[in-house]
Amino acid sequence: MEKAKQQQKPFSWVRIKNQVWGVLSNPFNVIVFISLVTLFCLIIIPLFTMVRDTFTVAKAELRQMPGASIGDMTLFYWKYLFATVLGTSVFLPALGRSLMIGFFVTIISMPLGALLAWLMVRSDIPGKKILSMLIIVPYMIPSWCKSLAWLSLFRNQTAGNLGLLAGMGIPVPDWLAYGPIAIILVMSLHYYAFAYIMVSGSLRSINSELEEMGEIQGANKVQILKSITLPLVMPALLSAAIMTISKSIGSYGVAASLGQFTGYQVLSTLLKYFLNGTPQRVGYVISILLIIMASGTIIANQKLIGVRKSYATIGGKGTRSNPMRIGWAKWPLLAFLVIFLFAAMVMPMFALVMESFQLRTGAGYGANNLTLYAWIGVWENRPLPFLAYDGLLKNADFMGALWNTVKLSLIASIITAFCGQFLGYISTRGRGKWYGQLTEQMVFLPYLMPGVAFGAIYFAMFSQPRLGGFIPSLYGTFTLIVLVSVVKHFPFASRSGTASMMQISPELEEAAEIAGASFWRRIGSIVIPLSKSGFVSGLMLAFISITKELDLIAVLMTPTNRTLPYLAFEYSKNMPQGADAIAIVILLFILLCYTVANLFGADVSKSM
Amino acid sequence: MSKIVLEHIDKYYGSNHVLRDINLTIEDGDFMTLLGPSGCGKTTTLRVISGLEKPQNGRMTMDGRPIINAEESFFEAPSKRGLNLVFQSYALWPHMTVYNNVAFGLKIKHMPKKELTDCVTNALRVMRIEEYKDRYPNELSGGQQQRVAIARAIATSPKLLLLDEPLSNLDARLRIDMRAELKRLHKETGTTIIYVTHDQVEALTMSTQIALFKEGEISQLDTPLGIYTNPIDLQAADFIGNPRINFVNGTALYDGGELHVKSSLGEYHFPQKDIKLDEECPLNEAFDCVLGIRPETIEISLENEGHKNTVSASVYASQPAGSETLITLTVGDAELLAIQIGLKEYDVNQAVFAVLHPGRMNVYNKATTRLIKYAHTTQP
Repeated sequence: MEKAKQQQKPFSWVRIKNQVWGVLSNPFNVIVFISLVTLFCLIIIPLFTMVRDTFTVAKAELRQMPGASIGDMTLFYWKYLFATVLGTSVFLPALGRSLMIGFFVTIISMPLGALLAWLMVRSDIPGKKILSMLIIVPYMIPSWCKSLAWLSLFRNQTAGNLGLLAGMGIPVPDWLAYGPIAIILVMSLHYYAFAYIMVSGSLRSINSELEEMGEIQGANKVQILKSITLPLVMPALLSAAIMTISKSIGSYGVAASLGQFTGYQVLSTLLKYFLNGTPQRVGYVISILLIIMASGTIIANQKLIGVRKSYATIGGKGTRSNPMRIGWAKWPLLAFLVIFLFAAMVMPMFALVMESFQLRTGAGYGANNLTLYAWIGVWENRPLPFLAYDGLLKNADFMGALWNTVKLSLIASIITAFCGQFLGYISTRGRGKWYGQLTEQMVFLPYLMPGVAFGAIYFAMFSQPRLGGFIPSLYGTFTLIVLVSVVKHFPFASRSGTASMMQISPELEEAAEIAGASFWRRIGSIVIPLSKSGFVSGLMLAFISITKELDLIAVLMTPTNRTLPYLAFEYSKNMPQGADAIAIVILLFILLCYTVANLFGADVSKSM
Repeated sequence: MSKIVLEHIDKYYGSNHVLRDINLTIEDGDFMTLLGPSGCGKTTTLRVISGLEKPQNGRMTMDGRPIINAEESFFEAPSKRGLNLVFQSYALWPHMTVYNNVAFGLKIKHMPKKELTDCVTNALRVMRIEEYKDRYPNELSGGQQQRVAIARAIATSPKLLLLDEPLSNLDARLRIDMRAELKRLHKETGTTIIYVTHDQVEALTMSTQIALFKEGEISQLDTPLGIYTNPIDLQAADFIGNPRINFVNGTALYDGGELHVKSSLGEYHFPQKDIKLDEECPLNEAFDCVLGIRPETIEISLENEGHKNTVSASVYASQPAGSETLITLTVGDAELLAIQIGLKEYDVNQAVFAVLHPGRMNVYNKATTRLIKYAHTTQP
């Protein structure tokens, strides 16, 4: 009855006019509308376009399909991958390898990350303060830098340039230097971070009284760990496992650089192989499969564990945490930590730095083999005939890529951080309303897609003019790289935007509204000043993340818009010293950025 | 300066009907309190008046000027209503000094610099916080922040001042100080004030009018004294007054002339002029009723002084609290709470005499829970 009363109103032009004016005169509504349309155009339409393209005939395949014309419905590309010898002979092994790598990376990095987290949060291991700072460092190193470092250690005759071990006369077989073992180990040394961050967060929320109660009941330390601590962090550990699987299946850079010398193809490298060759749209099909695999695991995780996750925080009121005394076990554990840091940080850095100064790789560090050629050499005066490039500082390619990287990172991160605050504003003010939820859901989508697959979506969307030329082909333009970087970083930027907007109570704005401040005045005088620090830390993290990005833009690279990570990847094929030098430049730059970001109070763990 | 009329206001959140046909007239210069438990719609009403919420039905005018006309989807912008609001959370802008918080609204209005400084200084002086003008809100105590919030609201000289539970975040002592402050502010500025609270003491002490809210409706609109003496139903009676009112069950019979009530306190006959005739009250038929007796209307004496309505009682417990003493009495099977001024000593189970004043009692129909007999403020 009451409902009916709410709806029954006589028709009135004045009311319609006032209603329309009410909606249009509020800039917030206009902004919500523009954002929704933009998100739809930048995320939904490209995804939909790529899916549709896999079912329609492209010009390149016309010859293989007599009687068909461009744009016809076809299952050709799907059949090609699943039902032809050409397709299955490369696809099935690649699929198997990707899954296998995902599985083993998870198996190794989960216990590693969890153990590190427990040692840092709950144990009384000596030197905790400095160790917990050092443990963060390995995952600041981009994963492709780690694979370069791996190569500088293990490269053998197959790659042409010897690595450190081979140079010392230790025979390094191909199966160790390249392929699955190398990929799994390098990825594990990178993705341990998920387990480390999530488990340490969960451990911190557990009140140590829970463990002390176990001790009072007479449980020994192993029993306490097994029956109290582990079950409490289990949800966090499972979430981390899912993230790790999802990320390692979709990872491109590591697999590409460690698989390139032996032709070891996984799904993500196969995707690029098809995008650069024919049939191109088979690459789209692989991209869809990657997205389904990655997003499927993440969504399943949220559905299954999302609810139970909450119990990890039922730790009680206090945040009091007494470290557990681990007695004599601290020494072997400390040794383990040192080995880990050595393998994940010191060794790769050492190998990278030293190799960049070598004349011949793998020929030792004698004075006659040390050179600055990779940094300042000139090709005309090259000391060895096979050196392929100028030294970095004399190299137009490097200068171009450096400029591109700086330009890209600056422009894209500013746009990303700005959009992130805006999207965060819309989702917090629209909390519980349809547009808030829709914004959150759309923004979340890029998070579910592996970087290389997301790159493929933009490749599909923008490699040809769309809407009858209204949107030109952006392939090969800098704009496209910026666009893809911005959109891919929406999820994390808007999360940090949401976090900073949550701090600003709507009443602060309402108070200004009553005082007569217009929407823009409120944004300018209230919202922006109060979200400044959130904006800066979001900006720094986006900046770092975009600077080191390789996977996302790998399929969109053309010689004119190469960035440093991609150039390093290219150089690693036949000029490892040059690649190493680029990696060093990037590493120094990133470490500098993290330091600055930390000064602004940014949480490093959010840039993953 | 401002008379506000609300007519047939309905507000829905989805299918949740939070304001049901609100009709309320606030006269110029009133201190109108919207009183009720949490979730009864009082804050929503305030937000509708301020313009932060748009009702689905109804109209609102200020001095005859249309402010809301939901039939035409017409809603005047909050800033054009000539009002200001003090939030429960104060909503002080943390990045602005006290001075800038207060000056913000005036800057928006492009007030000349000289005049602006005068206005701000005046508002700060009225709230006695001049010396804090260069501090930031987080450098002030709760009470000082409260004063800043009020100063900010009055700096623009609003015709109508809205206060949303402004004292609920303050400690008990500060609350009493601020009550006096607000009352003085109302007198000095003559501004119409609408005040939202769930604290009946605040409502009784400060208002000129109280609108009692119950589940999205206004159940009673009266002066504080009117609401206190004659709460409209049992729920309101229970809510208003501290210590709370005594309820005694009884049987009533209305013969068209007098209302006869029998209870464990004896038999009373109430004249027709005290009876609320628009309420359901069966004629010549016995029905269950509830007597409402305010603690301060019960007199206790050690001797029977021969007063007409004296009953013998026994002291169940006594709670001397310095300025007053609460005494729990048993009379037959009824339990009564009485209050006496000053320090009184009684023993447990001491026999005493209670003098009751039927004229000051309320009678409620137990079936409808509604008031059927008015009480007087003094014994006639």
